[in-house]
Parts: sequence; C-alpha cells; structure tokens
Amino acid sequence: MGIIQRTLKKFHGGVHPVENKHLAKHCAIEEIPMPKRLYIPLQQHTGTPCEPCVAPGEKVYKGQLIGRSVSNVSATVHASTSGTIEGITEHMVGHYSGLPDQCIALVPDGLDEWDPTLKGLENPFEADSKSIRDKVREGGVVGLGGAVYPTHIKLTPPRGKPVEVMLINGVECEPYITNDSRMMEERSIEVVEGAQLMMRAIQATHCLICIEANKPGAIKAMEKAIQGLPNFVVQVLPVLYPQGAKNQLIEAITHRQVPSGGRSTDTGATVQNVGTSIAVRDAVLHGRPLIRRIVTVSGRGIKRPANLDVPIGTPIQELIDHCGGLKPGVKQMIMNGPMMGTAVHDLASPVVKATAAVLALTAEEIVDKPEQACIRCGNCLEVCPVELTPCEIVWRAKNDLVDQLPEVHVKDCIECGSCAYVCPSHIPLVHYIRYGKMAVSAQRSEKEKAELTRQRSQAKLARVEAEKAEKERKKEEMRLAAEARKKAAAAKSADETAKPATVESVA
Amino acid sequence: MTKSSFKISSSPFVHGGLSVPEVMKSVIWALLPAAAMGVMVFGWSALFVMLITVAACVVSERLFNIIRGRPSTVGDQSAALTGLLLAMSMPPNSPWWLCLVGGFFAIVLGKQLYGGLGYNMFNPAMIARVFLLISFPVQMTSWPAPTPLTGDHALTLSQGLAMIISAPFNTPELLDALSTATPLGQFRTETGMGKTVREALGGAFGFDILAAMGGMIKGSLGETSAVLLTLGGIYLLRKRVISWHIPMTMILGCIVPAAIFWLIDNSTYPDPLFHLVTGGLIIGAFFMATDYVTSPVTPKGQIIFGLGCGLLTFLIRTWGGYPEGVSFAIVIMNATVPLIDQYTRPLTYGKKKQTL
Ligand code: SF4
Ligand code: SF4
Repeated sequence: MGIIQRTLKKFHGGVHPVENKHLAKHCAIEEIPMPKRLYIPLQQHTGTPCEPCVAPGEKVYKGQLIGRSVSNVSATVHASTSGTIEGITEHMVGHYSGLPDQCIALVPDGLDEWDPTLKGLENPFEADSKSIRDKVREGGVVGLGGAVYPTHIKLTPPRGKPVEVMLINGVECEPYITNDSRMMEERSIEVVEGAQLMMRAIQATHCLICIEANKPGAIKAMEKAIQGLPNFVVQVLPVLYPQGAKNQLIEAITHRQVPSGGRSTDTGATVQNVGTSIAVRDAVLHGRPLIRRIVTVSGRGIKRPANLDVPIGTPIQELIDHCGGLKPGVKQMIMNGPMMGTAVHDLASPVVKATAAVLALTAEEIVDKPEQACIRCGNCLEVCPVELTPCEIVWRAKNDLVDQLPEVHVKDCIECGSCAYVCPSHIPLVHYIRYGKMAVSAQRSEKEKAELTRQRSQAKLARVEAEKAEKERKKEEMRLAAEARKKAAAAKSADETAKPATVESVA
Repeated sequence: MTKSSFKISSSPFVHGGLSVPEVMKSVIWALLPAAAMGVMVFGWSALFVMLITVAACVVSERLFNIIRGRPSTVGDQSAALTGLLLAMSMPPNSPWWLCLVGGFFAIVLGKQLYGGLGYNMFNPAMIARVFLLISFPVQMTSWPAPTPLTGDHALTLSQGLAMIISAPFNTPELLDALSTATPLGQFRTETGMGKTVREALGGAFGFDILAAMGGMIKGSLGETSAVLLTLGGIYLLRKRVISWHIPMTMILGCIVPAAIFWLIDNSTYPDPLFHLVTGGLIIGAFFMATDYVTSPVTPKGQIIFGLGCGLLTFLIRTWGGYPEGVSFAIVIMNATVPLIDQYTRPLTYGKKKQTL
C-alpha cells in the first residue's frame, strides 16, 4: 500500500459544527409505504438531462427504464415501482432556485412488480471492468455522497496512473445525517460486496473504509464485515468537518492533494460513498437499478426522527407525514445537511438520488442574524479547507470586481460552508462565492463569445480580403493576358506588316 | 417561483454562534484588569479619563449613525473598545476636553468617515493618539507619578474629578507636583544630557523592572502593568480571539534589535527588558496591533506586520523624535496592510508542488 500513510494528515482548517446526530442515530432503517404518486425528475445527476422513453398512460414495471441518457456523462432514470405513467410534467424539485423541472409522474399500482428482464452478471466477482461498468451505467448509479456524478465514469480505470486504493466514504461529516452510518451498521456485507465490485472495475488493489470516530456502531459492523479480506482496512478518522469531502479525505489518508483542475485518481486514490457501494452491488448482482435511497429525516422540528428507505420520486411531505409531522415553530426545511444542503421551497418536491436527508429546523438551530461588514478577523481563512481567502473573494464578488475573482481562486471553493459557519459578521460567504463563480463563468462565456465573433469576423474579413485579392489577381491576370494577347496580335500584325519592311530593310 | 412558508436562504444554515459584539466584549474583558490597576495606581482621575473617553466614543458613534440615517452600530461594542484603548494610551490625568477630542477623532475621523467598522484603514485608537500627540504635545506628555489609591498622597474621588474637569487651568501646582517624565522619556532626556544608561536609569531615577511589571511606574493610563496586560493577552490567545502571530513577532521585532544594540554598547542603549516592560509595547502587541480590521488576514502577513511594528517601535524609540514609538509604528504599518495581504495569499489546495 504505497500511498497509504501510517499517520493521518490533518487537512487545513475545518470546523466542529454541533453534530446533532443523536436525534436519528439509533433509528433503524424503515421502509415507508408507497405514496399515491411519484414525481421522478429526469435530471438527478451532474451532466446532461435524460430524455423520457415512456408515454403517458403506459404501464411500467418496477425498475423499468423511463429516462434514457443521451450522452455519456448522464445517468438513466428508472421507475421506482410498477404502475402507470400519468404524464411528463413540470414539477417542483428541491433546486435552490425554487424553479420546477421536468418530472415523470408515476401512479403506483401497489403490486411493486420487478421488471422480469432485469438480470445481474453471471459471475460478478470474476467479471471484467467493462461488464461491471455497463451494469452500473444501466442501473443509473450516481455518487450518493452529494456530487451525484455518474458512477460508471468514475469507475473507468484512468489512463497512465493506476488507482492503488479505493476509499469508501463513510465519514458522514455533515451534522444530523445518519443514513450512511445506519447503512454501514445494517448492510455492512452489501457495502463490502459493492466495494469489491468497484475495486474490480477500477482495478484498485486496496480498500480503506473511512469512518469518523463518532460512529462506533458502524466501525464495529464494518470491521466484522471485512474479516478475512486481506486488502480491506477500516480506517477510523478524528471528527472534523468537512472530512467527507473527497479531496480532504484523500489528503487525510494519502497526504497528497488532488491537483487543482485534476482528478482524484491523479493521486492514486478514488473515493466512493457507502450508499453508492450498495447501489453498485444491487445493479451488478441483481441488475436492479437505483430506485430507492436511504434518507435521514431529522431536526428538532420533526416529531419522530427516522432513517427511511424511500422510493425515488416520493414527495418530501410523505416522509414528514410518516415521521409524525412537523412540530410548531419550524423555520426552515432543508434537503441534505445543514452545511451544504439547499433550502426547500415546497414540500411537494420529491426525494431524488441526491437526497441524503430532509431536515426540519427550528429557530434555535438556524442562523438568523443580519449581515454586518467584514471585520477582517481572518476566521474564514483559518477554517477554509482549501486555504482560500474567503473574505477577499466575497469583497470582490460584492463589488462586482469579476476580473479580480480568478486571482483569489474563486473556482476552487468547495462550498463547504465552514467560513460562513465561523464568521462573526454573519456574512453568507457561500452565497456570495456562488455568485462570484457564476459571474466568472458568465464573463468567460461572454469573452469566449466575443472572441469567437472576433475570430469569425476576422476570418470573414480575411476571406473577403482573400476573395478581393483573388479577384484583383484574376483581373490583373486577365489584363495581362489580354495585353499579352494584344501584344502578340500587334506583334503578329507588325510582323506581317513589318516583314516587307524588313525585307525591305534587308533588301 | 412560488412563495414558500419556510425561510429560504443559502447554505450553511447553522452557525457557530460567534458574533462581533462577543469578540469586542472579550477584548474589553481582557483589558479590564489592567484598567483597574491603572485606577489603583494613578487614582480616581484615571477612572474619569476612561469614562469620559469611552462615553465620547460611544456618543460620537451614535450621533454619526443618526446623521447618516443608519441603524445604530453602538451594539457592536467596537466604539466602547476604541474608547477604552484610547483612554489607556493617554496620561491618567488628561483634561476632560482632551478625552472628548480624542474620542471624537477616533470614531468620526478614524473610523466612520471611512465607512464604519471594517472599512477603516488605521486603528482608530492609535490614529487618535497620534493626532493628540502631535496637536497637544504638552498635555499628552505630562505624566503623573503613581499616586496609589491606597497611598498617602491619594486624591479623593472629588479631587480626582476636579483635576480632570479643571485641568489644565486651575491646578498647575497639582499638575507640576505630579508630572514627571516616563521612563522612556526620562531615558531619552538624560542620555541626551550625556549621562550613561546606568546613571539615567538607576540612582536618582530609580527605575525598577519589578515596579514596571507591576504597573507602579509613570506612563499612560493602562500601559504600565506589563503583567496584567500580558495575562489579558494570554486570555485572548486562549480564547482564540487573537493568534500568536502579531503579538509574538511585534515583541521580538522590538527586543531582538534592542538586545543586539545593548550587547554592542550597553552604556548607550538600554537593555531589552526595559523596552519590553515600559511604554506601550505589551498593550500595543496584544491589543492594538491585533485589531482585526487594520491588520493582515493571512498568518504570513501577520508575521511581517508584527515584525514591522516591533522594529519601527525600536527605531522610533531609539532614534526618532518621540520617546514612545508604538502608536506611530502601528499606524505606519496599518498603511501597508493591503499590500501585505496581496503578497501573502496562501497557496490554495492542489496548487502546491508535490510528488504524486
Ligand atoms: S470570517 Fe467574516 S468577518 Fe472574519 S474575515 Fe472572514 S468574512 Fe470577514
Ligand atoms: S465554502 Fe469555500 S471558501 Fe468557504 S471554507 Fe469552504 S471551501 Fe473555503
């Protein structure tokens, strides 16, 4: 294990937000009853949205393909249960813009009948990389840790540098969220099987299951599950947010940093979430696509916190109802963790592949202080895991100094929220940084557009010039030719008329 | 977009709970023991100097808010802190009007005209002290000898008040009787007259390091108790309100060159301990130079800044026109902060050279 270091490295900065995991930590995973209607968004991943491949009124099986990928960086979408397609509509999704998106509305028939054509690989643990990856792609598996990047792409062995170690991410550093630790406690064997398949796909030799020290139950379960597997190690890490971010985890384990703009495999390591591992296993072993996920429902505003096994497309309201509803005084509803999640506008928004948690937060749990001017305390620099100067980014973003944003590396921010967590002036730094990123992209595409136009017009000019020159040349040629002809003709006639003269002269 | 009944905001949704007033409050707490010591040592007049200066700052802040039609910023407690810091760098028998002028200058010209807390370039307390020092050199350098509250010569509460209110018009004999040079000033005058260090410091003058550390020497109001100020600084370090970078480097930046010169010629240059415990080096290092707004944000920048402050202090004390250099040094270094910040930006994640 060349790149795995004997010690753990503490990455720069980090914070210790109040964990609040005790709320749902001991709640075993329970299935929620099938809702009356599912809204399955056509884009639940990073990349190109899917195209629907079913028509309204059509009957579908559980696990049947309903949204087809149209590019490689995409993940297919499947029916979460058997039933009838009601329509393809715009529906609220948990996007931070609060804008609706294309969803397939599915009315379950209550039979929950699997698509009979779905099959796993014959000899999955001896399969080659390509066949595992194909199954993963067919299953629409994406990274369930938050990035929702299509997993089949991440499982492609990189050219050049081999992947030595695969890190299974069970760090779960976001407060409140307990779904990963419940999966590790209750489905540890499935996690290990998925990890073995992924190791085959990416041709990694070692696997480290990374868990923070505050999850003794998960650590014990995983240690038991890897018994007899020489290439597996359970790595316990001290608690520090955002250790679950892939770059920070890689740094903690390998002491190496993923090069800016590079891929994690450049360090010889790759990171996969525990939930992804289970999804890969189901897809490869049984051909079952990713149609359910484990969602933590928590926060002090929820009557009965729980870890739920939910069909994708289930409206958030159904989860809350299943957990006894909201207590009075809920101020904010959040999808995913309180550090990096998004505020929910509408409880009709469905659970998607990226939904790890639904939180109902009360006034005492959230920030609600007015923003003040930056006092340059430097706290944000101290905690930033990317070693950025967040206050300087914000200052530039606020003053629209878009040209100066790249020099403070705005694009390297992972939006972990640590800076805003410690800011005494209550500045929503991440908000401004996001704005800054968008402004830079917009300016870049503007510039690119302008450059393109410039190039085009220059090309056109050049072409016109060339054409003109060509015309001139032709004209000139013709003129020359004509002259030559004239000369020749003149010469000829002169010859003819001159001949006697010559003769004469000769004579 | 539909109207949501829930609060819509951007991540993160939770907060560590630190706020600006809390930061300011910690610093005020850290200063209070030394301030109390100042009152003990210099008598009641010291208390009035502090009260008037703090009040002048807070009232100026509020008035400026009202004039600009902005919500009150008194609650962030930075004005009160500025007042306390300024008072502690003034003579403990300063006349009332000097306190008022200083407080007003610090808040209005030193801070609010720049746009308020966070936008000022110079440390308001320090720029006000520099302004007072230049404009009212006599008042700013008439340092009373310690008259401990418990001592025989102690003024009563009303005498103390009278001194502040009527000074400098009515009690010249009181002032004369009390005022002497600070150790630094004395040192400059006496060595200037051709005396050696030992003569200047010892003997008649009776400079005593122990007394200096305890605060029983002449000097500005709170600057004198090196021990209590250091304890306050340690409290701030432990609470992580400040980091070690600025105080450490500022102290070293002053006493290391002082030590070198003292080793070369100890008959001309005082020993480094003298630099450490007299004047405003300790209060400057822990409380003035560490002012967030006017110091660099990067650790590397803070080290450069601290060294600069320390070195300039030493240079001004040794060869400059004023016996005390801390406030000038800090104000000069404040001006370099934007530049320092720009050139000390850390290398971000993934941009360092490493062997993969
Ligand atoms: S934490 Fe907030 S106040 Fe402090 S420097 Fe950063 S942005 Fe400014
Ligand atoms: S959100 Fe960005 S700037 Fe703030 S701490 Fe995280 S990585 Fe650094």
